[in-house]
Amino acid sequence: MNIVVVLKHIPSVADELPVRGNQVDFDSVDFVLNEWDEQSLEQAALIKEALGGTVTAIGVDVIGELDNLLHLALAKGADRAVKIAADDAGADSHRQAKWLSEAIRPMAPDLVLVGVQASNDIDGQLGPLLAAYLDLPYIGVVSSIEVQDGTALMNKEFAGGFGARYSVRLPFVAGVQVAPKPPRYAPVSKIRQIAQTAKIEVLEPSGEADSGLVFRKVAPPVVSGHAEMIEGSPKEIAARLVALLKERGLA
Amino acid sequence: MSKDILVVAEHFNGKIADVTFEMVGKARELAAGLGGKVVALVIGAGVEANDLASDATLQVNEPALTEFNPEAYARIVEAVVQEQAPRLVMFGWTSMGMDLAAWLSGRTGAPCAAYVRDLRLENGGLVISCQAYNGKLIAEVEPQGEMTIAACLAGSFPTEAGRGATAATSIPSPIALDSLRVRFVEAIQPPPGDVDITTQAKLVAVGRGIGGKENIELAEELAEKLGAVVAASRPVVDAGWLPRTRQVGKSGLKVKPKLYLMLGISGAPEHLEGMKDAELIIAINTDKKAPIFNVAHYGATADLFEVAEAMLELL
Ligand SMILES: Cc1cc2nc3c(=O)[nH]c(=O)nc-3n(C[C@H](O)[C@H](O)[C@H](O)COP(=O)(O)OP(=O)(O)OC[C@H]3O[C@@H](n4cnc5c(N)ncnc54)[C@H](O)[C@@H]3O)c2cc1C
Ligand SMILES: Nc1ncnc2c1ncn2[C@@H]1O[C@H](COP(=O)(O)O)[C@@H](O)[C@H]1O
Repeated sequence: MNIVVVLKHIPSVADELPVRGNQVDFDSVDFVLNEWDEQSLEQAALIKEALGGTVTAIGVDVIGELDNLLHLALAKGADRAVKIAADDAGADSHRQAKWLSEAIRPMAPDLVLVGVQASNDIDGQLGPLLAAYLDLPYIGVVSSIEVQDGTALMNKEFAGGFGARYSVRLPFVAGVQVAPKPPRYAPVSKIRQIAQTAKIEVLEPSGEADSGLVFRKVAPPVVSGHAEMIEGSPKEIAARLVALLKERGLA
Repeated sequence: MSKDILVVAEHFNGKIADVTFEMVGKARELAAGLGGKVVALVIGAGVEANDLASDATLQVNEPALTEFNPEAYARIVEAVVQEQAPRLVMFGWTSMGMDLAAWLSGRTGAPCAAYVRDLRLENGGLVISCQAYNGKLIAEVEPQGEMTIAACLAGSFPTEAGRGATAATSIPSPIALDSLRVRFVEAIQPPPGDVDITTQAKLVAVGRGIGGKENIELAEELAEKLGAVVAASRPVVDAGWLPRTRQVGKSGLKVKPKLYLMLGISGAPEHLEGMKDAELIIAINTDKKAPIFNVAHYGATADLFEVAEAMLELL
């Protein structure tokens, strides 16, 4: 099995997300690994454990700090790390997908795994775009993948706990919602050790695409209503809430 | 290029899903401005598809397509789009639409806007509002080019304007269905048992802020004192701290209780889809900019553990 896992480095939503002009001010936010990429990385490691093969972690280096994520991926079971040196903090999903498709095609993967979405995927998601550029089928919101004899049996989630099981002939691109097991933990000491010895392959971006969306404005939501905020110490807040609930016959 | 709008319908158990009525209603408003027609595309056999307010409803009535097949649906939409050359293609930003919208964008080169909350016309051009960064920001975008793809969050528009009586016309599948790489195997049903959170009057909902399985007990205690049941956001369930039956949101259950008391939930669009119609929403979150405060009726910027402990003493 030749598995490629795509990592996306994105602005952290835990931050303030200041805006400059028509975009997030990328210079003043922390970039983190897209949370669903942890799941696709785990899913890749599980398939490799079951069948053998290699896992290649690849990503677009949008702010020049992707090495940290690639070291993490290596510590969690990836065998090979590749970065596309782009230095383009605002690279949209179309652009990243195009560059990734050019880099991944020659790898002739059996399976490409991406996180089901990222919070900055305003122009759709990376996964289906990548599949379209690679001329492969895409299946997203996936919660388990088992591979046998060139075919994957996989579960896709719908709403309300409903889902469906599909069998898919390799190769294809999957958008992972959740791995069958919680992502494994990689000790910091191991990541540090890998950082000292790891060889990261560097590629130049190749290919052209963009979202075709012109940003007029990016701003916090203008809301008609905002929660009435209860101020004070936790005790005062609790007292106010309990009083409120009692008033309404809810406590 | 026509001025028409193609709405790709969602259905479940033979019935058109609400997000489809929502989109058809919005499409009618836009089509009136564009001077075009609304065409609904229903892929799947045996779907009751005669109650849309579209100008035309096309139905690909193939038994092999009764269940969603991401590969087949994607290729069929692509073929229909090539033939009809619509101005706008609308999908729901659902488990199905998430497989199709951006794929079509990659194939056709047409821009795609995801997490769409609103669409309007300005000087003949589309302006689309998208939720970005988990709802912390709204991006207003102008798609370039002749065709646009919009993937709309469920619950963004009213359903009424999309209800009508247009009779569906069957069309043959524009693609061959015998050489597909993706095959539907079986449906997966929700796990049985446990309490049904959709019928509860009061829910105490915990998010990632609860920190660990060992802290669920605190929420259980508070819920018990309030006569409520504990519900959760997705990460809590994914981590195995509560069963899947307690999950509220896009891939979980939709709830409408009298009280939805939220502890450590940020208010991502996927969670809001499941609870924004609750009668009284109270949110406790340490992040004063958490998007949930734009939706909750009452909120407090505070540590959930301190507030919950203090509430327990008073109840
Ligand atoms: C296809 C798809 C379907 C999805 N379906 C669902 C779904 O059905 N339901 C769902 O919930 N999500 C769903 N999600 C996930 C969704 O995008 C978010 O990741 C999720 O809702 C976030 O959950 P959360 O608010 O608990 O966690 P976070 O976003 O991590 O928020 C945790 C919050 O807790 C606060 N906090 C931390 N510590 C404390 C403390 N001590 N006291 C008070 N506050 C604290 C933080 O400030 C933060 O706001 C789906 C995603 C996808 C891609
Ligand atoms: N076997 C299935 N089980 C559950 N959902 C399905 C199945 N097949 C298709 N779906 C899709 O699930 C979605 C239901 O979404 P909702 O209308 O939000 O309940 C629709 O998009 C359906 O097309």
